[in-house]
Amino acid sequence: MAVPSYWRAIPQRYRYEASECVSCGKKFFPPRLICDSCQSREFKKIKLGREGKVLTYTIIRVAPSQFVDQAPYPIAIVELNDGVKVLMQIADCDPEAIEIGMPVRMEFRKVSTDGDAGIINYGYKAVPVKR
Amino acid sequence: MREVAIIGVGMNKWGELWDRSINDIFVEAALEAIDDSGVDHVDAMYIGCMSSGIFVGQEHIASLMPDYLGVGRIPSTRVESACASGGLAMKCGVLDVMSGNSDIVLVGGVEKMTDVSGDGATYALATAADQEFEVYQGVTFPGLYAMMARAHMHKFGTTREQLAQVAVKNHLNGSKNPLAQFPMKISIDTVVNSVMIADPLTIMDCSPITDGAAAAVICSLETAKKVAVKAPVKIIGVGHATDTIALHSREDLTTLNATADAGQRALKMANKSIKDIDLIEVHDCFTIAELIVLESLGFFKPGEAGAATLAGETAVDGTIPVNCSGGLKSKGHPVGATGIGQIVEITKQLRGDAGDRQVKNAKVGMTQNMGGSGGSSVVHIMEVI
Repeated sequence: MAVPSYWRAIPQRYRYEASECVSCGKKFFPPRLICDSCQSREFKKIKLGREGKVLTYTIIRVAPSQFVDQAPYPIAIVELNDGVKVLMQIADCDPEAIEIGMPVRMEFRKVSTDGDAGIINYGYKAVPVKR
Repeated sequence: MREVAIIGVGMNKWGELWDRSINDIFVEAALEAIDDSGVDHVDAMYIGCMSSGIFVGQEHIASLMPDYLGVGRIPSTRVESACASGGLAMKCGVLDVMSGNSDIVLVGGVEKMTDVSGDGATYALATAADQEFEVYQGVTFPGLYAMMARAHMHKFGTTREQLAQVAVKNHLNGSKNPLAQFPMKISIDTVVNSVMIADPLTIMDCSPITDGAAAAVICSLETAKKVAVKAPVKIIGVGHATDTIALHSREDLTTLNATADAGQRALKMANKSIKDIDLIEVHDCFTIAELIVLESLGFFKPGEAGAATLAGETAVDGTIPVNCSGGLKSKGHPVGATGIGQIVEITKQLRGDAGDRQVKNAKVGMTQNMGGSGGSSVVHIMEVI
């Protein structure tokens, strides 16, 4: 992965920065320049709430090369409590035990290793929350 | 606006064509379409191709293809919308003829996918998803469609067997198509018990990696009546729409809005209702895709396509035959060529030239070609004259 493209997404991947439309309140992750609901171009920076639930999930068994060491691994679309939906891996759990509706929390984790030098790509993953 | 007709189609047998280059397979299909049409020249070309740059290291095929086809210094355009590149190339060609800018246009699609490894192909295909917020996390295309399948099963009670029946039906159809890549018949057990790729989808829920090309010659209806060797088929509806590129940005994971909108637009232009459609080729890149597409287009209510498929309603002799060619699943999925391959099948069906898989009394046919996880979709409606 190219250094500039990695750097650009650090606010989202390390700090969960999102934006909220000042006009209609819709939240965007990643941030956008124009709201697709009301066309407003004014946003305020917000931090995503980290708690949410699994909307749907799968277990990736045939993985891209930089993820082969991790396979099989679960991936889900998580709906956070503030309504934003984010795709992420689920860590720290038995993949077979995942259910739709399961409560999870975003955590900062290693996501993959890149290239021959094995440079680490960081970001967020979901972990189960005990009810 | 002028009326537009298809007067010639061509398609080679799809598969792992290691002994032929991207130019070879495209030119082969294009020459067949030209020979089939009866024309002695074409005024312009549109070529659907998703990723020749990654697959074979060759861009600028808008120049390469007319060069190797020997059609002279005509205007030629490459069109890209991921796996909907072929369908979108057809739309561009139709608009070119409709407007009067060109009279006879060759529309083709091509993809040469087996010059790279399976991992290389996965990488190339994944560029159709959101790189920074989907692919970065380790998701694959089977994974995205698997999440749609899981959501659909959870919401509507769609079963593993219903999904499998899509593959079983399409392989049965493909067994009657001499151009299909995988023309073997399979059973529900084969699908359910094959290697798991992304739960709940097994390898037999997934369309294959394919080399292939397809082409069609289109022209004004006026010209068609003068030059066509075979019965022309009119293109009466074109619909096209987009949706969010990332699956997680959608309101509803169990419907495909770009496909719904494209279908409505095509029907409106054709002045038809969904009940007027006699058969359809849909974008079954994964078994779940066929079910959600049929529901999004309005052939079945949400959640009912699975049971209808298991009941045989989408078979060649069913109430609405779906993917008589074998679909992407059995015929193959050379991504940029797929949309034109669908047009080739419907043209053959409407001409009555579809052999053992011929739908009786087929008068109006539809194609639906889709990019990514549904971020783009193109629908065409065709009718016998």
